[in-house]
Amino acid sequence: MSIQVSLKLEKEGFLLDVDLGIPARGITALFGPSGCGKTTLLRAIAGLEPKARGVLRMGGQVWQDGDCFLPPHRRPLGYVFQEASLFPHLNVRKNLEYGLRRVPADQRRVSLDNAIDLLDIGQLLMRKPRQLSGGERQRVAIARALAVSPKLLLMDEPLAALDVLRKQEILPHLESLHARLDIPVIYVSHSPDEVARLADHLVLMEQGRISASGPIADMLTRVDLPLARGNDAEALIEARVAEHDDTYALTCLDFPGGRFTVARKDLAIGTVVRLRVIARDVSLTLARQTDTSILNIFPAIVDEIVPTGDSQVTVKLQVGGIPLLSRITRKSAALLELQPGKSVYAQAKTVALLA
Amino acid sequence: MSLSDADISALFITLRLAGLTTIILLLLGTPLAWWLARSRWRFKFLLEALIALPLVLPPTVLGFYLLISLGPNGPLGSLSQSLGGPSLAFSFTGLVIGSVLYSMPFVIQPLQNAFAAIGNRPLEVAATLRASPLDRFFTIALPLAHSGFLTAAVLGFAHTLGEFGVVLMIGGNIPGRTQVLSIAIYDHVESLEYGQAHLLSAGLLLLAFLMLILVYAVNRRFAVAQQ
Repeated sequence: MSIQVSLKLEKEGFLLDVDLGIPARGITALFGPSGCGKTTLLRAIAGLEPKARGVLRMGGQVWQDGDCFLPPHRRPLGYVFQEASLFPHLNVRKNLEYGLRRVPADQRRVSLDNAIDLLDIGQLLMRKPRQLSGGERQRVAIARALAVSPKLLLMDEPLAALDVLRKQEILPHLESLHARLDIPVIYVSHSPDEVARLADHLVLMEQGRISASGPIADMLTRVDLPLARGNDAEALIEARVAEHDDTYALTCLDFPGGRFTVARKDLAIGTVVRLRVIARDVSLTLARQTDTSILNIFPAIVDEIVPTGDSQVTVKLQVGGIPLLSRITRKSAALLELQPGKSVYAQAKTVALLA
Repeated sequence: MSLSDADISALFITLRLAGLTTIILLLLGTPLAWWLARSRWRFKFLLEALIALPLVLPPTVLGFYLLISLGPNGPLGSLSQSLGGPSLAFSFTGLVIGSVLYSMPFVIQPLQNAFAAIGNRPLEVAATLRASPLDRFFTIALPLAHSGFLTAAVLGFAHTLGEFGVVLMIGGNIPGRTQVLSIAIYDHVESLEYGQAHLLSAGLLLLAFLMLILVYAVNRRFAVAQQ
């Protein structure tokens, strides 16, 4: 099942022209600079832009096609706006129930208790929105959208209006939502950090158009895209917790290319987590170093090399079939005589566990 | 000193006129104000100017044209008579029609401002929470505009209480039927009955002041609560 979006919309001199297929599972991030049309696209999907023309199909259901236009209140979706936008005249419980009461009982799959529990807002139910902090408001708004049991959840930079602490307060809830509910999400963001933590699928937008889309790990390491050439280029690797080393307080995680060792995290054996490896932190050697402090060393094959700026190159590697990026100087690349197909060892100085 | 029978009936006619006018204006004005607040029609300003006319027009001008159109040869008067109704000039019904037009901006403008102040967002949120347009209007727009309704109702009522020129032109001054308080006061002054005039004037002054106090007090509490 997938979501098919081919929409065109002209709005105050701006043209949105999008033709896109999105998997109807997991979190799809719409990523791009401000003003590129992310929010407009999300609004068009929700039916909030009645002038949008084209086709919109959600699995077998047609939301829009030619003259057929399902108004927003007939589309089985949830929408979280950038500002929480709670109804000021209703308390938290009434806000949560507003959508829920309008969904027929046989279509409810997310219970109110479930939504309250997921966002941990049980103690706020009797308060009015003005008595809540920014982070609490946004959690209520997310729970309110979930309580309509949406078949698709649209989130428009739900964390953008919050400070770093409040973001840290909400991100874990979004991750558990991802893990515990089987609701596809389209998540608009311009924060690479949020995208790396949450997204399974990435859609890049530029000036009203889709410039590329695909699974997150592939997209981040595609050297033909700006992400892999940026200063913060990174690779995401899914790994499984294999064992804990109590002597040195370390955790070992396996992935198809080998074993990562990171500072100990309290995670059950078998848990699948995301690791982020920044390209700048990956150095290359021709022979395996033994007398080094670096723990994470993997045999790799050079896949592609692209110049990045005057003095540097970005090297895309395959480590057991998993893409990894390394940012080194052009001089080093020449000295090591790097070329596609060459076997090397990749040394990752730091590895961040995203969870 | 006490009120004469004529004064008491003038009081009841005035209250009935103001009450009826306010109710009619709220019923007609709510959808109109909603439309004015939401519509992007290019020529909307023409309608807005038309509604605001009674604010600047001498009441006698409005009264004069009403008298002509409500009379037996006017469009409204002849329509009423062809339907078997009475002539509208010099009748209570005529007064109501005149008052509705005369007080219209006092009801429409607060409502329109209150609806506009809600903005699009709460209605869009409600739409994504499965609320149909009518549902959104009743469950979101009306509650959020409640202070606008209070202002509109009180201003409409108070302004109709104070109406003089229009009533004089189209109502005549028939005690017990179309004589309202403001005209009764005028009559008392003409007949040098200053005591009676004082009683009615002070009563109206107090009533108008109390109603405005109510509006400002509620709006202030509302504004504070929003912060």
